[in-house]
Amino acid sequence: MRARAEAALITAGAVAAAFALFALFLLANGLNPLEVYAVLWLGGFGTSFSLQATLTQAAPLMLTALCVAVPARAGLLVIGGEGALVAGGVCAVLAGVALAGVPSALGTLLVCLAGAAAGAVWIGMAGALKHWRGVNETIATLLLNYIAIALMNHLVSGPIRDHAVSLKVTSWSIPESFMVQAIPGLGVHWGLVLGILACLAMHALLRYSVPGFAISVLGGNPRAALLVGLPIGRLMLLACGLGGAAAGLAGAIEIVAVHGAASSSLVVGFGYAGILVAFLSRQSPLAIVFFAVLVGGISASGGLMQRRFDMPDAATQVLQGVIFLCVLASNACYGRLRVFHPAAVPA
Amino acid sequence: MARSMFDARRRFLSEAGRMASVAGLAALWPALAGAQGKPMPVGFLYTGVRQDYGWNQSHTVAAQQISKLPGVKVFEQENVPETAECEKVMESMIRLDGAKVLFPTSFGYWPFILKVAPKYPDVLFVHAGGLWKDADPKNTIGYRGYMEEPHYLCGIAAGRMSKTGRIGFIGAKPLYFIFNNCNGFILGARSVNPKATCQVVITGDWNNPVKEAEAVNSLVDQGVDVVVGNCDSPKVVIETAERRGVYSCGYHTDLSSLAPKGFLTGAEWNWGKGADFVRAWQSKGRYPNLLRGGFKRDMVKLSPFGPAVPEGVRAEVLKARQAFADDKLALYHGPLRDNEGNVILKPGERIDNEDNKFKLGVNFLVEGAIGKTGLAR
Repeated sequence: MRARAEAALITAGAVAAAFALFALFLLANGLNPLEVYAVLWLGGFGTSFSLQATLTQAAPLMLTALCVAVPARAGLLVIGGEGALVAGGVCAVLAGVALAGVPSALGTLLVCLAGAAAGAVWIGMAGALKHWRGVNETIATLLLNYIAIALMNHLVSGPIRDHAVSLKVTSWSIPESFMVQAIPGLGVHWGLVLGILACLAMHALLRYSVPGFAISVLGGNPRAALLVGLPIGRLMLLACGLGGAAAGLAGAIEIVAVHGAASSSLVVGFGYAGILVAFLSRQSPLAIVFFAVLVGGISASGGLMQRRFDMPDAATQVLQGVIFLCVLASNACYGRLRVFHPAAVPA
Repeated sequence: MARSMFDARRRFLSEAGRMASVAGLAALWPALAGAQGKPMPVGFLYTGVRQDYGWNQSHTVAAQQISKLPGVKVFEQENVPETAECEKVMESMIRLDGAKVLFPTSFGYWPFILKVAPKYPDVLFVHAGGLWKDADPKNTIGYRGYMEEPHYLCGIAAGRMSKTGRIGFIGAKPLYFIFNNCNGFILGARSVNPKATCQVVITGDWNNPVKEAEAVNSLVDQGVDVVVGNCDSPKVVIETAERRGVYSCGYHTDLSSLAPKGFLTGAEWNWGKGADFVRAWQSKGRYPNLLRGGFKRDMVKLSPFGPAVPEGVRAEVLKARQAFADDKLALYHGPLRDNEGNVILKPGERIDNEDNKFKLGVNFLVEGAIGKTGLAR
């Protein structure tokens, strides 16, 4: 309990510090931070419409954050959510095109599964490289991002390109019947529900299942895991596969709920923003739901900030970057706050 | 018991009354605000950055002009993708900024405009592209200039300035308007130098600076000494031409600053024409749903001449511009053959400059073009 309170306080402090630092950046640009933050609130949470946009952004972020959080439990720093999302999106399109004629609900399900499988294989490759060849998984997943994007660009500009669409480079479209609609009354697509369910499922799995516990042991102390005879390789692959499946599912949802076809529109940084969400959540699947909404809100307000203050498009990304740095730096505070560790700090 | 129920009812009634008056005031508010001269918000959406030396910048120029209209406030958003995201941005502009006129400036926004427009009948959607059809919502507009006309003028300058008689056209896609522009460029050049030829390169992408630079280099290596680029941003085309010491013409917007030595002139959109729609919407006046035009309707412009262009050539170009404006010069007139020898127009035949049916169907390159359309015919 005390540890959880410590984490909450330090994370809140880090986010507050980030907003304070960003305020300095705004002041240096001649803007009033209070006005900017008021607009950020308005654009992200202030109206039902803003909230809709925020939740739409949050849905894929939950899944890409899981791509970081689950392998992190096994002690792996995976930053390949972007690549897994793209791989998932492309495979979802391929599956969708191949399955034309299948009843719509089944088709949607299979398309989503295809996306998740592709993501699992994508990050699983990094896990396999780590286990059998000792390749650093962070570097591997980072580079796999570029490979996935390059592969998609190659496919959509040639082999699977829809030549009927001349003004935009895009792949074939999945059948219209496979597309999912918005949740009635909410205006947000079903990906949000899937994202929340995935977070709950991962939480249950990591907390209450035997493999989940084994993954935590591996992450906590690999030598101990080895000593007690845990199948380290399989656990690593499992963690990578689960994380990758989540990000792949995010890609498939972007296809069935938003785009209908693969194109460079898939590459909008959900994978990278997911890293921020995972670190803010301290790799806890439940906390991811909350922080995905927070980061989604910041992203969703970007347009309004741009319009109201003539700020560059990247301004909200700068804010996200500052938050990320502050959260990383705040790790230094753990164990040093006297409130939580009365004995740890010498007087 | 009965007493408290009575109280509750009385409280309910008074609350309801108060709420009704608040609601009434709220309903009145927009009218009051309008009466007090609150500026009408107008939103611009761009698919890339505003200063792109190309398509987006040509719309930014219009946004600046429109922002100077009385009672209008313009706000802009860059990097809006041509996906469902642009629907969100449009709705956000309407719901959070109160936009009454939107300029979604990218061609690919059109299908999303058709989805959003019926939901907001009090908002006008002005799209750059002549895609409007009779069944489309009345609060949408498509407008687009005949860029082949200023290309014809560029061609005159190119034909006069080229020493080798070989000019080059770099196009993004095998599309009718790219062919029209290319044909305009060639016809202009051949109107002053009947022996001129034009190498045509289609890169296949709206935005591929590497291919565009390669194309310029290879054209210059083959003896071409004037180039024009029809892509999202011809910046690289013009800069490469300048570096190689050849002449260049602009496209989309005023690009003279990119080539202080070799810039001749350029074909520009006059999206500022959109101000007419804004005024019409403001005053509840009439507006066309589809507007295409060239110099006659003030829908296109010519860039300022570069220092290399002598007075005589300038006069010749401006004379042709006047002829377009006065409808005395038809871009396509007979005798005309395509570059495969097929007869397009017989002697005496003349295609009206506003003959959209003909122009939208152009799938050939005129005689003098070296290159293929890449279309199966």
